[in-house]
Amino acid sequence: MEITFEHVTHSYDANSPMANLGLDDVSLKINDKKFTAIVGQTGSGKSTLVRHINALLKPTAGKIIVGDRVITSETNNKNLKPLRKKVGMVFQFPESQLFEETVEKDIMFGPMNFGFSESEAKDAAHKMIELVGLNQDYLQKSPFDLSGGQMRRVAIAGVLASNPETIILDEPTAGLDPVGRHEIMDLFKSLQTKGKTIILITHNMDDVANYADEMAVMSQGKLVASGLPSDVFNSQKLLEDDLLTLPQSAQFAQSLAKKYFQFDKLPITIDELSAEIKQQVNGD
Amino acid sequence: MNKLIMGRYLPGDSLIYQLDPRGKFLLTFYFVGIVFFANNVASYVFLMAFVLFAVYLSKINFGFFIKGLRPIFWLILFTVLLQLFFTPSSHPIWHWGFLTLSKESMVIASYIFVRFVLIIFISTLLTLTTTPIEISDSIESILKPLKKVNFPVTQVALMLSIALRFVPLLVDETTKIMDAQRARGVDFGEGGLIKRIKSFVPILIPLFVSSFSIAYDLAIAMESRGYKDGEGRSKYRVLKWSKRDNVTVLVMLAVTIILLFIRSY
Repeated sequence: MEITFEHVTHSYDANSPMANLGLDDVSLKINDKKFTAIVGQTGSGKSTLVRHINALLKPTAGKIIVGDRVITSETNNKNLKPLRKKVGMVFQFPESQLFEETVEKDIMFGPMNFGFSESEAKDAAHKMIELVGLNQDYLQKSPFDLSGGQMRRVAIAGVLASNPETIILDEPTAGLDPVGRHEIMDLFKSLQTKGKTIILITHNMDDVANYADEMAVMSQGKLVASGLPSDVFNSQKLLEDDLLTLPQSAQFAQSLAKKYFQFDKLPITIDELSAEIKQQVNGD
Repeated sequence: MNKLIMGRYLPGDSLIYQLDPRGKFLLTFYFVGIVFFANNVASYVFLMAFVLFAVYLSKINFGFFIKGLRPIFWLILFTVLLQLFFTPSSHPIWHWGFLTLSKESMVIASYIFVRFVLIIFISTLLTLTTTPIEISDSIESILKPLKKVNFPVTQVALMLSIALRFVPLLVDETTKIMDAQRARGVDFGEGGLIKRIKSFVPILIPLFVSSFSIAYDLAIAMESRGYKDGEGRSKYRVLKWSKRDNVTVLVMLAVTIILLFIRSY
Protein backbone atom coordinates (compact mmCIF):
# COMPACT_ATOMS: atom_id res chain seq x y z
CA MET A 1 0.00 0.00 0.00
CA GLU A 2 1.22 3.43 -0.80
CA ILE A 3 1.13 5.80 2.13
CA THR A 4 1.19 9.56 1.68
CA PHE A 5 1.48 12.19 4.38
CA GLU A 6 0.28 15.63 3.27
CA HIS A 7 1.27 18.55 5.52
CA VAL A 8 0.57 16.52 8.64
CA THR A 9 0.81 18.35 11.94
CA HIS A 10 0.10 16.68 15.25
CA SER A 11 -0.08 18.55 18.50
CA TYR A 12 -0.14 16.69 21.82
CA ASP A 13 -2.43 18.16 24.46
CA ALA A 14 -3.76 20.69 22.00
CA ASN A 15 -5.41 23.73 23.62
CA SER A 16 -3.50 23.46 26.86
CA PRO A 17 -0.44 25.36 28.07
CA MET A 18 1.47 22.10 27.82
CA ALA A 19 0.71 21.65 24.13
CA ASN A 20 3.68 20.50 22.14
CA LEU A 21 4.15 19.70 18.51
CA GLY A 22 4.69 16.01 17.87
CA LEU A 23 4.73 16.51 14.14
CA ASP A 24 5.29 19.76 12.32
CA ASP A 25 4.05 19.96 8.73
CA VAL A 26 5.33 16.58 7.53
CA SER A 27 4.87 15.60 3.90
CA LEU A 28 6.22 12.20 2.96
CA LYS A 29 5.51 9.43 0.52
CA ILE A 30 6.13 5.83 1.52
CA ASN A 31 6.18 3.63 -1.55
CA ASP A 32 4.32 0.38 -2.01
CA LYS A 33 6.29 -2.84 -1.43
CA LYS A 34 9.41 -0.95 -0.39
CA PHE A 35 11.40 -1.19 2.80
CA THR A 36 11.45 2.29 4.30
CA ALA A 37 13.53 3.14 7.35
CA ILE A 38 12.70 6.10 9.60
CA VAL A 39 15.52 7.42 11.74
CA GLY A 40 15.96 10.33 14.12
CA GLN A 41 16.87 11.07 17.70
CA THR A 42 14.67 10.05 20.61
CA GLY A 43 11.67 12.35 20.72
CA SER A 44 12.02 13.41 17.09
CA GLY A 45 8.51 12.24 16.20
CA LYS A 46 9.19 8.87 14.55
CA SER A 47 6.70 6.94 16.64
CA THR A 48 4.16 9.74 16.40
CA LEU A 49 4.52 9.66 12.64
CA VAL A 50 3.85 5.95 12.22
CA ARG A 51 0.95 5.93 14.68
CA HIS A 52 -0.95 8.04 12.15
CA ILE A 53 -0.79 5.30 9.55
CA ASN A 54 -3.29 3.08 11.37
CA ALA A 55 -5.14 6.00 12.94
CA LEU A 56 -4.03 5.36 16.51
CA LEU A 57 -3.33 9.08 16.38
CA LYS A 58 -5.13 11.52 14.17
CA PRO A 59 -3.53 14.61 12.68
CA THR A 60 -4.32 18.03 14.10
CA ALA A 61 -3.98 19.33 10.56
CA GLY A 62 -3.25 17.78 7.19
CA LYS A 63 -4.11 14.31 5.96
CA ILE A 64 -2.71 10.84 5.50
CA ILE A 65 -3.70 8.68 2.55
CA VAL A 66 -3.29 4.97 3.22
CA GLY A 67 -4.27 2.96 0.17
CA ASP A 68 -7.87 4.05 -0.41
CA ARG A 69 -8.39 5.44 3.10
CA VAL A 70 -7.93 9.10 3.99
CA ILE A 71 -7.24 10.00 7.62
CA THR A 72 -7.85 13.56 8.77
CA SER A 73 -8.59 15.19 12.10
CA GLU A 74 -12.28 14.40 11.51
CA THR A 75 -11.81 10.68 10.92
CA ASN A 76 -14.29 8.72 13.00
CA ASN A 77 -13.11 6.15 15.50
CA LYS A 78 -15.60 3.65 14.14
CA ASN A 79 -14.85 1.34 11.29
CA LEU A 80 -11.08 1.48 11.59
CA LYS A 81 -10.74 -2.31 11.68
CA PRO A 82 -10.28 -2.77 7.90
CA LEU A 83 -7.46 -0.20 8.02
CA ARG A 84 -5.83 -1.83 11.04
CA LYS A 85 -6.06 -5.24 9.45
CA LYS A 86 -4.08 -3.93 6.48
CA VAL A 87 -1.53 -2.09 8.61
CA GLY A 88 0.15 -4.33 11.17
CA MET A 89 2.18 -2.67 13.86
CA VAL A 90 4.93 -4.09 16.03
CA PHE A 91 5.42 -1.69 18.93
CA GLN A 92 8.57 -1.06 20.92
CA PHE A 93 8.98 -3.93 23.36
CA PRO A 94 5.92 -5.70 21.94
CA GLU A 95 6.28 -8.49 24.51
CA SER A 96 4.28 -6.28 26.88
CA GLN A 97 1.15 -6.88 24.80
CA LEU A 98 1.02 -10.63 25.49
CA PHE A 99 -1.85 -11.70 27.74
CA GLU A 100 -3.33 -15.05 26.75
CA GLU A 101 -2.89 -18.38 28.52
CA THR A 102 -1.02 -19.95 25.65
CA VAL A 103 1.19 -18.67 22.90
CA GLU A 104 -1.21 -20.13 20.33
CA LYS A 105 -4.20 -18.19 21.70
CA ASP A 106 -2.18 -15.01 21.83
CA ILE A 107 -1.11 -15.28 18.20
CA MET A 108 -4.73 -16.07 17.26
CA PHE A 109 -6.01 -12.98 19.07
CA GLY A 110 -5.34 -10.50 16.24
CA PRO A 111 -6.67 -12.70 13.41
CA MET A 112 -9.83 -13.53 15.41
CA ASN A 113 -10.47 -9.82 15.97
CA PHE A 114 -10.14 -9.24 12.26
CA GLY A 115 -12.74 -11.85 11.42
CA PHE A 116 -10.66 -14.96 10.70
CA SER A 117 -12.41 -18.20 11.54
CA GLU A 118 -10.97 -20.24 14.41
CA SER A 119 -9.35 -22.77 12.10
CA GLU A 120 -7.87 -20.05 9.90
CA ALA A 121 -6.46 -18.33 12.95
CA LYS A 122 -5.02 -21.60 14.22
CA ASP A 123 -3.40 -22.25 10.84
CA ALA A 124 -1.92 -18.76 10.93
CA ALA A 125 -0.54 -19.37 14.43
CA HIS A 126 1.09 -22.63 13.34
CA LYS A 127 2.64 -20.98 10.33
CA MET A 128 3.80 -17.83 12.11
CA ILE A 129 5.48 -19.56 15.04
CA GLU A 130 7.79 -21.31 12.59
CA LEU A 131 8.30 -18.12 10.62
CA VAL A 132 9.63 -16.27 13.67
CA GLY A 133 12.02 -19.13 14.40
CA LEU A 134 10.31 -21.04 17.21
CA ASN A 135 8.94 -24.56 16.88
CA GLN A 136 5.41 -25.87 17.33
CA ASP A 137 6.11 -26.97 20.93
CA TYR A 138 5.98 -23.34 21.99
CA LEU A 139 2.33 -22.96 20.97
CA GLN A 140 1.00 -24.65 24.10
CA LYS A 141 3.29 -22.82 26.54
CA SER A 142 2.31 -19.78 28.53
CA PRO A 143 3.83 -16.66 26.99
CA PHE A 144 4.95 -15.60 30.47
CA ASP A 145 7.21 -18.66 30.79
CA LEU A 146 9.30 -17.63 27.79
CA SER A 147 12.54 -15.65 27.72
CA GLY A 148 12.46 -12.02 26.66
CA GLY A 149 13.70 -12.79 23.16
CA GLN A 150 11.15 -15.57 22.69
CA MET A 151 8.33 -13.33 23.93
CA ARG A 152 9.40 -10.76 21.35
CA ARG A 153 9.16 -13.36 18.60
CA VAL A 154 5.72 -14.47 19.77
CA ALA A 155 4.52 -10.87 19.83
CA ILE A 156 5.82 -10.32 16.30
CA ALA A 157 4.11 -13.53 15.18
CA GLY A 158 0.90 -12.20 16.70
CA VAL A 159 1.05 -9.14 14.48
CA LEU A 160 2.10 -10.99 11.32
CA ALA A 161 -0.66 -13.61 11.79
CA SER A 162 -3.34 -11.19 10.56
CA ASN A 163 -1.46 -11.06 7.27
CA PRO A 164 -1.20 -7.27 7.02
CA GLU A 165 -0.17 -5.65 3.73
CA THR A 166 1.95 -3.05 5.47
CA ILE A 167 4.05 -3.83 8.51
CA ILE A 168 5.25 -1.06 10.79
CA LEU A 169 8.13 -1.95 13.08
CA ASP A 170 9.04 0.33 15.96
CA GLU A 171 12.57 -0.66 16.98
CA PRO A 172 11.74 -4.36 16.75
CA THR A 173 15.25 -5.50 17.61
CA ALA A 174 15.99 -3.24 20.59
CA GLY A 175 17.50 -5.35 23.35
CA LEU A 176 17.92 -8.50 21.26
CA ASP A 177 21.24 -10.32 20.89
CA PRO A 178 23.10 -9.84 17.57
CA VAL A 179 22.15 -13.26 16.17
CA GLY A 180 18.50 -12.76 17.05
CA ARG A 181 18.63 -9.30 15.52
CA HIS A 182 19.86 -10.57 12.18
CA GLU A 183 17.29 -13.35 12.12
CA ILE A 184 14.45 -10.95 12.79
CA MET A 185 15.68 -8.38 10.28
CA ASP A 186 16.15 -11.07 7.62
CA LEU A 187 12.59 -12.21 8.32
CA PHE A 188 11.26 -8.72 7.62
CA LYS A 189 13.33 -8.43 4.46
CA SER A 190 11.98 -11.75 3.23
CA LEU A 191 8.42 -10.59 3.95
CA GLN A 192 9.12 -7.57 1.79
CA THR A 193 10.25 -9.74 -1.10
CA LYS A 194 6.91 -11.53 -0.73
CA GLY A 195 5.15 -8.27 -1.45
CA LYS A 196 4.74 -6.53 1.91
CA THR A 197 5.47 -2.89 2.54
CA ILE A 198 7.82 -2.53 5.49
CA ILE A 199 8.30 0.59 7.59
CA LEU A 200 11.07 0.34 10.14
CA ILE A 201 11.90 2.77 12.93
CA THR A 202 15.43 2.23 14.08
CA HIS A 203 18.51 3.74 15.65
CA ASN A 204 20.75 1.19 13.99
CA MET A 205 22.26 2.73 10.86
CA ASP A 206 23.71 -0.59 9.73
CA ASP A 207 20.20 -2.02 9.59
CA VAL A 208 19.17 0.97 7.49
CA ALA A 209 22.12 0.50 5.12
CA ASN A 210 21.69 -3.26 4.85
CA TYR A 211 17.93 -3.61 4.61
CA ALA A 212 16.20 -0.37 3.62
CA ASP A 213 15.35 0.76 0.10
CA GLU A 214 14.40 4.23 1.21
CA MET A 215 14.86 6.28 4.32
CA ALA A 216 13.46 9.32 6.08
CA VAL A 217 15.17 11.41 8.76
CA MET A 218 13.13 13.14 11.45
CA SER A 219 14.20 15.88 13.83
CA GLN A 220 12.07 17.79 16.31
CA GLY A 221 8.84 16.76 14.64
CA LYS A 222 10.01 17.77 11.19
CA LEU A 223 11.02 15.66 8.24
CA VAL A 224 14.55 16.81 7.46
CA ALA A 225 15.49 14.40 4.69
CA SER A 226 14.17 11.49 2.70
CA GLY A 227 15.41 9.44 -0.22
CA LEU A 228 17.74 6.57 -0.99
CA PRO A 229 20.02 5.59 1.92
CA SER A 230 23.09 5.97 -0.28
CA ASP A 231 22.13 9.59 -0.97
CA VAL A 232 20.95 10.48 2.52
CA PHE A 233 24.09 9.10 4.20
CA ASN A 234 26.16 11.22 1.83
CA SER A 235 24.51 14.43 2.92
CA GLN A 236 27.21 16.48 4.63
CA LYS A 237 24.67 18.80 6.17
CA LEU A 238 22.79 16.08 8.07
CA LEU A 239 26.03 14.69 9.42
CA GLU A 240 27.35 18.07 10.49
CA ASP A 241 24.09 18.89 12.24
CA ASP A 242 24.33 15.59 14.13
CA LEU A 243 20.98 14.46 12.79
CA LEU A 244 22.49 11.27 11.44
CA THR A 245 25.36 8.94 12.15
CA LEU A 246 27.04 6.78 9.54
CA PRO A 247 26.84 3.00 9.19
CA GLN A 248 30.05 1.17 10.07
CA SER A 249 31.12 0.66 6.46
CA ALA A 250 30.82 4.34 5.74
CA GLN A 251 32.76 5.20 8.89
CA PHE A 252 35.45 2.78 7.81
CA ALA A 253 35.52 4.38 4.37
CA GLN A 254 35.84 7.81 5.96
CA SER A 255 38.93 6.66 7.86
CA LEU A 256 40.36 5.10 4.72
CA ALA A 257 39.79 8.35 2.87
CA LYS A 258 42.31 10.00 5.18
CA LYS A 259 45.03 7.82 3.62
CA TYR A 260 45.48 6.79 -0.03
CA PHE A 261 41.80 6.11 -0.75
CA GLN A 262 39.26 8.33 -2.38
CA PHE A 263 35.53 7.87 -2.36
CA ASP A 264 33.22 9.90 -4.59
CA LYS A 265 30.34 8.54 -2.62
CA LEU A 266 30.64 6.79 0.76
CA PRO A 267 29.84 3.08 0.52
CA ILE A 268 27.24 2.15 3.14
CA THR A 269 27.30 -1.64 3.13
CA ILE A 270 30.16 -4.12 3.51
CA ASP A 271 29.64 -5.31 -0.06
CA GLU A 272 29.83 -1.84 -1.51
CA LEU A 273 32.86 -1.06 0.61
CA SER A 274 34.79 -4.18 -0.37
CA ALA A 275 33.92 -3.72 -4.05
CA GLU A 276 35.13 -0.14 -3.89
CA ILE A 277 38.38 -1.08 -2.14
CA LYS A 278 39.01 -3.91 -4.58
CA GLN A 279 38.53 -1.59 -7.52
CA GLN A 280 40.79 1.11 -6.12
CA VAL A 281 43.54 -1.37 -5.19
CA ASN A 282 43.45 -3.15 -8.51
CA GLY A 283 42.93 -0.02 -10.51
CA ASP A 284 46.21 1.57 -9.35
CA MET B 1 -6.11 8.96 29.21
CA ASN B 2 -4.56 12.05 30.78
CA LYS B 3 -7.95 13.67 31.01
CA LEU B 4 -9.12 11.02 33.46
CA ILE B 5 -6.83 12.16 36.18
CA MET B 6 -8.18 14.68 38.55
CA GLY B 7 -5.76 16.95 40.26
CA ARG B 8 -3.26 17.49 37.55
CA TYR B 9 -0.40 19.86 38.28
CA LEU B 10 0.00 22.78 35.92
CA PRO B 11 3.49 24.28 35.76
CA GLY B 12 3.44 27.98 36.47
CA ASP B 13 4.59 30.70 38.78
CA SER B 14 2.56 33.03 40.95
CA LEU B 15 2.03 33.85 44.59
CA ILE B 16 -0.10 30.74 45.11
CA TYR B 17 2.62 28.55 43.61
CA GLN B 18 5.22 29.97 45.95
CA LEU B 19 3.29 29.27 49.15
CA ASP B 20 4.58 26.49 51.37
CA PRO B 21 2.78 23.30 50.30
CA ARG B 22 2.14 22.32 53.93
CA GLY B 23 0.28 25.56 54.50
CA LYS B 24 -1.63 25.24 51.23
CA PHE B 25 -2.55 21.66 52.04
CA LEU B 26 -3.81 22.34 55.56
CA LEU B 27 -5.53 25.61 54.66
CA THR B 28 -7.36 23.92 51.78
CA PHE B 29 -8.77 21.35 54.19
CA TYR B 30 -9.53 24.10 56.67
CA PHE B 31 -11.40 26.07 54.03
CA VAL B 32 -13.40 23.01 52.98
CA GLY B 33 -14.35 22.76 56.65
CA ILE B 34 -15.49 26.36 57.08
CA VAL B 35 -17.53 26.23 53.86
CA PHE B 36 -20.06 24.31 55.96
CA PHE B 37 -20.49 27.30 58.27
CA ALA B 38 -21.94 29.42 55.49
CA ASN B 39 -25.70 29.43 55.65
CA ASN B 40 -27.02 32.55 53.94
CA VAL B 41 -26.62 34.40 50.67
CA ALA B 42 -24.14 36.92 52.04
CA SER B 43 -21.81 34.27 53.47
CA TYR B 44 -21.80 32.22 50.24
CA VAL B 45 -21.16 35.32 48.16
CA PHE B 46 -18.32 36.25 50.48
CA LEU B 47 -16.68 32.80 50.27
CA MET B 48 -17.13 32.73 46.49
CA ALA B 49 -15.48 36.16 46.24
CA PHE B 50 -12.58 34.88 48.34
CA VAL B 51 -12.12 31.76 46.17
CA LEU B 52 -12.31 33.77 42.96
CA PHE B 53 -9.71 36.15 44.36
CA ALA B 54 -7.42 33.20 45.14
CA VAL B 55 -8.01 31.86 41.63
CA TYR B 56 -7.13 35.30 40.26
CA LEU B 57 -3.92 35.35 42.30
CA SER B 58 -2.90 31.97 40.91
CA LYS B 59 -2.85 33.47 37.38
CA ILE B 60 -4.28 30.22 36.02
CA ASN B 61 -6.78 30.28 33.21
CA PHE B 62 -10.28 30.01 34.67
CA GLY B 63 -11.15 27.25 32.21
CA PHE B 64 -9.05 24.74 34.19
CA PHE B 65 -11.27 25.24 37.22
CA ILE B 66 -14.40 24.67 35.17
CA LYS B 67 -12.78 21.50 33.87
CA GLY B 68 -12.28 20.42 37.48
CA LEU B 69 -16.06 20.33 37.84
CA ARG B 70 -16.54 18.00 34.92
CA PRO B 71 -15.59 14.65 36.50
CA ILE B 72 -18.21 15.00 39.23
CA PHE B 73 -20.80 16.85 37.17
CA TRP B 74 -23.29 13.98 37.52
CA LEU B 75 -22.78 13.78 41.26
CA ILE B 76 -23.49 17.52 41.57
CA LEU B 77 -26.54 17.28 39.33
CA PHE B 78 -27.90 14.31 41.28
CA THR B 79 -27.41 15.98 44.66
CA VAL B 80 -28.91 19.26 43.51
CA LEU B 81 -31.96 17.54 41.99
CA LEU B 82 -32.39 15.48 45.13
CA GLN B 83 -32.42 18.62 47.26
CA LEU B 84 -34.65 20.40 44.80
CA PHE B 85 -37.43 17.82 44.69
CA PHE B 86 -37.22 15.93 47.95
CA THR B 87 -36.97 18.72 50.52
CA PRO B 88 -40.23 18.59 52.44
CA SER B 89 -42.00 21.92 52.66
CA SER B 90 -45.28 23.30 53.91
CA HIS B 91 -45.64 25.72 50.98
CA PRO B 92 -44.89 23.74 47.83
CA ILE B 93 -45.04 25.66 44.56
CA TRP B 94 -45.56 22.48 42.64
CA HIS B 95 -45.86 18.88 43.54
CA TRP B 96 -46.46 15.58 41.87
CA GLY B 97 -46.59 12.39 43.85
CA PHE B 98 -43.65 12.41 46.20
CA LEU B 99 -41.89 15.21 44.29
CA THR B 100 -42.26 18.68 45.69
CA LEU B 101 -40.75 21.94 44.59
CA SER B 102 -40.72 24.90 46.94
CA LYS B 103 -38.92 28.16 47.47
CA GLU B 104 -36.92 26.69 50.35
CA SER B 105 -35.85 23.70 48.32
CA MET B 106 -34.63 25.96 45.53
CA VAL B 107 -32.59 27.98 47.99
CA ILE B 108 -31.12 24.86 49.58
CA ALA B 109 -30.33 23.33 46.21
CA SER B 110 -28.51 26.45 45.09
CA TYR B 111 -26.54 26.50 48.38
CA ILE B 112 -25.52 22.90 47.78
CA PHE B 113 -24.47 23.75 44.27
CA VAL B 114 -22.34 26.70 45.39
CA ARG B 115 -20.84 24.55 48.14
CA PHE B 116 -19.73 21.98 45.57
CA VAL B 117 -18.26 24.68 43.37
CA LEU B 118 -16.38 26.25 46.27
CA ILE B 119 -14.90 22.95 47.42
CA ILE B 120 -13.89 21.88 43.94
CA PHE B 121 -12.40 25.24 43.01
CA ILE B 122 -10.28 25.41 46.14
CA SER B 123 -9.06 21.83 45.86
CA THR B 124 -8.39 22.27 42.14
CA LEU B 125 -6.38 25.33 43.10
CA LEU B 126 -4.30 23.18 45.45
CA THR B 127 -3.64 20.40 42.94
CA LEU B 128 -3.01 22.72 39.99
CA THR B 129 -0.41 24.73 41.88
CA THR B 130 1.24 21.99 43.96
CA THR B 131 3.17 19.08 42.52
CA PRO B 132 2.11 15.66 43.82
CA ILE B 133 5.55 15.24 45.33
CA GLU B 134 5.18 18.49 47.27
CA ILE B 135 1.87 17.21 48.60
CA SER B 136 3.44 13.95 49.70
CA ASP B 137 6.32 15.85 51.32
CA SER B 138 3.88 17.99 53.23
CA ILE B 139 1.92 14.95 54.38
CA GLU B 140 5.14 13.51 55.70
CA SER B 141 5.96 16.74 57.46
CA ILE B 142 2.47 17.02 58.93
CA LEU B 143 2.52 13.41 60.13
CA LYS B 144 5.93 13.77 61.77
CA PRO B 145 4.60 14.08 65.34
CA LEU B 146 3.15 10.57 64.97
CA LYS B 147 6.68 9.20 64.99
CA LYS B 148 6.46 9.41 68.76
CA VAL B 149 3.87 6.65 68.77
CA ASN B 150 5.98 4.52 66.39
CA PHE B 151 3.92 5.30 63.34
CA PRO B 152 6.13 4.57 60.27
CA VAL B 153 5.97 8.10 58.87
CA THR B 154 8.92 7.82 56.49
CA GLN B 155 7.69 4.53 55.03
CA VAL B 156 4.23 5.93 54.50
CA ALA B 157 5.68 9.01 52.82
CA LEU B 158 7.86 6.83 50.61
CA MET B 159 4.88 4.67 49.66
CA LEU B 160 2.94 7.81 48.83
CA SER B 161 5.62 9.27 46.62
CA ILE B 162 6.21 5.94 44.85
CA ALA B 163 2.48 5.57 44.29
CA LEU B 164 2.40 9.08 42.84
CA ARG B 165 5.39 8.32 40.66
CA PHE B 166 3.59 5.25 39.34
CA VAL B 167 0.55 7.16 38.17
CA PRO B 168 2.12 8.67 35.05
CA LEU B 169 4.04 5.44 34.43
CA LEU B 170 0.87 3.40 34.49
CA VAL B 171 -0.95 5.93 32.34
CA ASP B 172 1.82 5.68 29.74
CA GLU B 173 1.86 1.92 29.99
CA THR B 174 -1.93 1.72 29.63
CA THR B 175 -1.92 4.00 26.59
CA LYS B 176 0.83 1.91 25.05
CA ILE B 177 -0.88 -1.41 25.66
CA MET B 178 -4.24 -0.08 24.48
CA ASP B 179 -2.60 1.12 21.29
CA ALA B 180 -0.93 -2.24 20.78
CA GLN B 181 -4.20 -4.13 21.24
CA ARG B 182 -6.07 -1.64 19.06
CA ALA B 183 -3.54 -2.34 16.34
CA ARG B 184 -4.45 -6.01 16.79
CA GLY B 185 -8.07 -5.21 16.11
CA VAL B 186 -9.62 -4.57 19.53
CA ASP B 187 -12.42 -2.00 19.58
CA PHE B 188 -12.73 -0.51 23.02
CA GLY B 189 -16.15 0.78 23.89
CA GLU B 190 -18.02 -1.08 21.18
CA GLY B 191 -20.58 -3.83 21.40
CA GLY B 192 -22.60 -4.93 24.41
CA LEU B 193 -21.63 -4.68 28.05
CA ILE B 194 -20.11 -8.17 28.25
CA LYS B 195 -18.07 -7.54 25.12
CA ARG B 196 -16.86 -4.23 26.49
CA ILE B 197 -15.80 -5.76 29.77
CA LYS B 198 -14.07 -8.58 27.93
CA SER B 199 -12.17 -6.12 25.78
CA PHE B 200 -10.38 -4.90 28.91
CA VAL B 201 -8.82 -8.28 29.71
CA PRO B 202 -6.11 -7.74 27.06
CA ILE B 203 -5.19 -4.49 28.83
CA LEU B 204 -5.44 -5.51 32.46
CA ILE B 205 -3.27 -8.62 32.29
CA PRO B 206 -0.32 -6.94 30.53
CA LEU B 207 -0.75 -3.98 32.86
CA PHE B 208 -0.52 -6.18 35.96
CA VAL B 209 2.49 -7.99 34.56
CA SER B 210 4.32 -4.80 33.71
CA SER B 211 3.51 -3.00 36.95
CA PHE B 212 4.92 -5.92 38.91
CA SER B 213 8.04 -5.86 36.83
CA ILE B 214 8.37 -2.07 37.14
CA ALA B 215 7.93 -2.37 40.92
CA TYR B 216 10.49 -5.13 41.10
CA ASP B 217 12.99 -3.14 39.02
CA LEU B 218 12.40 -0.08 41.16
CA ALA B 219 13.04 -2.03 44.37
CA ILE B 220 16.31 -3.37 42.97
CA ALA B 221 17.34 0.06 41.71
CA MET B 222 16.69 1.57 45.12
CA GLU B 223 18.56 -1.15 46.97
CA SER B 224 21.52 -0.98 44.63
CA ARG B 225 21.78 2.72 45.33
CA GLY B 226 21.89 1.95 49.03
CA TYR B 227 18.42 3.01 50.04
CA LYS B 228 17.76 2.43 53.69
CA ASP B 229 14.88 4.04 55.37
CA GLY B 230 14.77 5.29 58.89
CA GLU B 231 16.51 8.02 60.81
CA GLY B 232 18.84 10.57 59.40
CA ARG B 233 17.78 10.79 55.78
CA SER B 234 18.20 14.37 54.65
CA LYS B 235 15.78 16.02 52.26
CA TYR B 236 16.48 17.05 48.70
CA ARG B 237 13.46 19.32 48.63
CA VAL B 238 13.41 21.39 51.79
CA LEU B 239 10.10 22.97 52.68
CA LYS B 240 10.44 26.55 53.85
CA TRP B 241 7.81 28.39 55.85
CA SER B 242 8.08 32.08 55.09
CA LYS B 243 6.40 35.38 55.88
CA ARG B 244 3.86 35.10 53.10
CA ASP B 245 2.69 31.81 54.55
CA ASN B 246 2.06 33.56 57.86
CA VAL B 247 0.13 36.23 55.97
CA THR B 248 -1.96 33.54 54.26
CA VAL B 249 -2.83 31.99 57.59
CA LEU B 250 -3.84 35.44 58.90
CA VAL B 251 -5.98 36.05 55.81
CA MET B 252 -7.68 32.72 56.37
CA LEU B 253 -8.32 33.64 60.02
CA ALA B 254 -9.81 36.96 58.90
CA VAL B 255 -12.04 35.08 56.43
CA THR B 256 -13.23 32.85 59.27
CA ILE B 257 -14.03 35.78 61.54
CA ILE B 258 -15.90 37.69 58.83
CA LEU B 259 -17.77 34.52 57.93
CA LEU B 260 -18.81 33.98 61.53
CA PHE B 261 -20.12 37.56 61.62
CA ILE B 262 -22.20 37.44 58.46
CA ARG B 263 -23.66 33.97 58.78
CA SER B 264 -27.09 33.84 60.33
CA TYR B 265 -27.79 32.08 63.60
